[in-house]
Amino acid sequence: MNGKKKTFEEQLARLEEIVGLLERGDAPLADSLALFEEGTKLISECGKTLDSAEQKVVRLMKGADGAPVELPFDEGEKTE
Amino acid sequence: MKDERIYEVTQVNEYIKSLLDGAPGLNNICVRGELSNYKIYPSGHHYFTLKDATGALRCVMFRSSAARLRFRPENGMKAVACGRISVFPRDGAYQLYCSELSPDGVGDLYVAFEQLKARLLAEGLFDPAHKKPLPSYPERIAVITSSAGAAVHDMIRILRRRYPLAEVAVLPVRVQGTEAPAEIAGAIRYANRWRVADLIITGRGGGSLEDLWAFNDERVARAIYESDLPVISAVGHEPDVTISDFVADARASTPSNAAEIAVPDQAELLRWLQDVSARMGRAEQAELENYRARLDTLAGKRALRDQAAYVQDKRMELAHVQQRMADVSGRLLARRRERYSALAAALDAMSPLKVLGRGYAIAQTGRGKIVKSWRDAPAGTQIRVLLGEGGLACTVDSTYEEEKRHEREEKDV
Repeated sequence: MNGKKKTFEEQLARLEEIVGLLERGDAPLADSLALFEEGTKLISECGKTLDSAEQKVVRLMKGADGAPVELPFDEGEKTE
Repeated sequence: MKDERIYEVTQVNEYIKSLLDGAPGLNNICVRGELSNYKIYPSGHHYFTLKDATGALRCVMFRSSAARLRFRPENGMKAVACGRISVFPRDGAYQLYCSELSPDGVGDLYVAFEQLKARLLAEGLFDPAHKKPLPSYPERIAVITSSAGAAVHDMIRILRRRYPLAEVAVLPVRVQGTEAPAEIAGAIRYANRWRVADLIITGRGGGSLEDLWAFNDERVARAIYESDLPVISAVGHEPDVTISDFVADARASTPSNAAEIAVPDQAELLRWLQDVSARMGRAEQAELENYRARLDTLAGKRALRDQAAYVQDKRMELAHVQQRMADVSGRLLARRRERYSALAAALDAMSPLKVLGRGYAIAQTGRGKIVKSWRDAPAGTQIRVLLGEGGLACTVDSTYEEEKRHEREEKDV
C-alpha cells in the first residue's frame, strides 16, 4: 500500500531488531554506530508518524463497474 | 330400512366438514404434542403427527406457512401447532391445518440458534485451527455495519483515539430485517473480492434477540468463515452471543470492544518507542564504554606509550634478524666452499697431467693424435712425448707388440 517505503509495521519490526543487535553488543563499532543512527532515525520517524496521523474515514460504495468507490463518511449522521 | 336415506361418501364427508368448519372452537386452535412422522414433501408442504401418551392428531402445514418456520422441526420435539381443524375429504379424515408451529417451552429463535450452532459446529466452522490471526498494525479496517447506528460512531471514535494510522472504510449495510443477512454476507464477500482492507469488523449495537438475528444467519456465518480477511464479530452487548461470534476470528463483546481489539493503542506505542530509545541509548553507551576500555588497555602497552622505545625495540629486532641472516648466509657460503673444494679435488684427481706427474708419458703423433698402439707409429714416425715436466721430440726406431716388449725388458734386465 505504501509502495517502496517501509510500512509502519516494518519500521517497528526493524526497530526491535536493531535494539536486539545493540543489546547483544557483538557488532563491530562502525556497524553499531550505524545501527544506533538508523534506530534513532526510525524512532523519530515512527513518533512523527503517530503524532501527525489523522484518521481517514471513508464510506465505500459499489461503483458502476463493481469496483469500490470512496465517498466521504458523514460522521454527523449519528442518530442516537 | 326403506325409509332411511342412503348417502354418498362425499356427502357424508362434506357434512362432517361443514360441522367441523362451523365449530368456533376448532377454527383457531393451538395443540401441544410431540412431533412424529415429520415429512417434507417435494411440493414444499410439511406433514406430521402430533401425539401425546394416548392419542395422535394428523397435521399438515402448507408451503407458504412452512417458509416462515425459523427452526427445523424434528421428530420427538415438543411443539405447539396452531391452526384450524377440518376434514380432508379424500381420506375421510380430519386433521389440523397448521399455520404456525413453534417449539414448546422455549422460543423458536432459541431452538433455531441451537440447531444452527450444532450443525455448523459439526461442520467445523468454529474450528480454532481455521481462525486467522489479526494484523498487529492494520492499515485499513473495513467496518461492515449500519451507517446510522451508534455502533459505527463508537467504533470510529475509539479507532481514532487509539490508532489514527489505520484508515477506516465503512461498508454500510442493514443489520436487521429480512434483507440484512444477505447484505452483511455480501459486504464481507465484497470486501474480500476487492481487498478493501486488511481487517473486517462486522456487528451492531445491542437489541432484542430478534434485532440481532441477522448475525445468527447461516449466510453470514458462511461468509465470515470463507473470508480471507480476518473478521472481528461485534454484536450487541456483553452477554449476547451470536453464531457470528463463534465463526469469527475474534469475538468482541461490543462494537467499542472490537475497535480496541482491532488496533494497538498509540499511547502504548509511544511509550514503547521511548523505552526502545532508552534501551538503545544504554546499549550504545555500554558498547562505547566497552570499546573505551579496550582502547585504554591497548594504550597501556609500552609500544603506544613510548614511541621511541617502540622504534628501538624494532631496531633491535631488525639487527637480530640481520645477524641471523648473516649467520645463515655465512654457513651457506662455507658449505658451498667445502663442496667446491671437494669437487675441485675430485676433478684434479682425474687430470691426466696428474698421471704424468707419477712418471707416465703420453705419445702423440705430429697431428696431435694420441698413440695408443704400436700400429699408430710405424718406424721413422716423428712423435712428441709429453712428460710430467716438459716433453720429448722423438723418432720411432722400431715397433713391437706387447709380448715382445716383455722379452725385451727381460733381456734389458
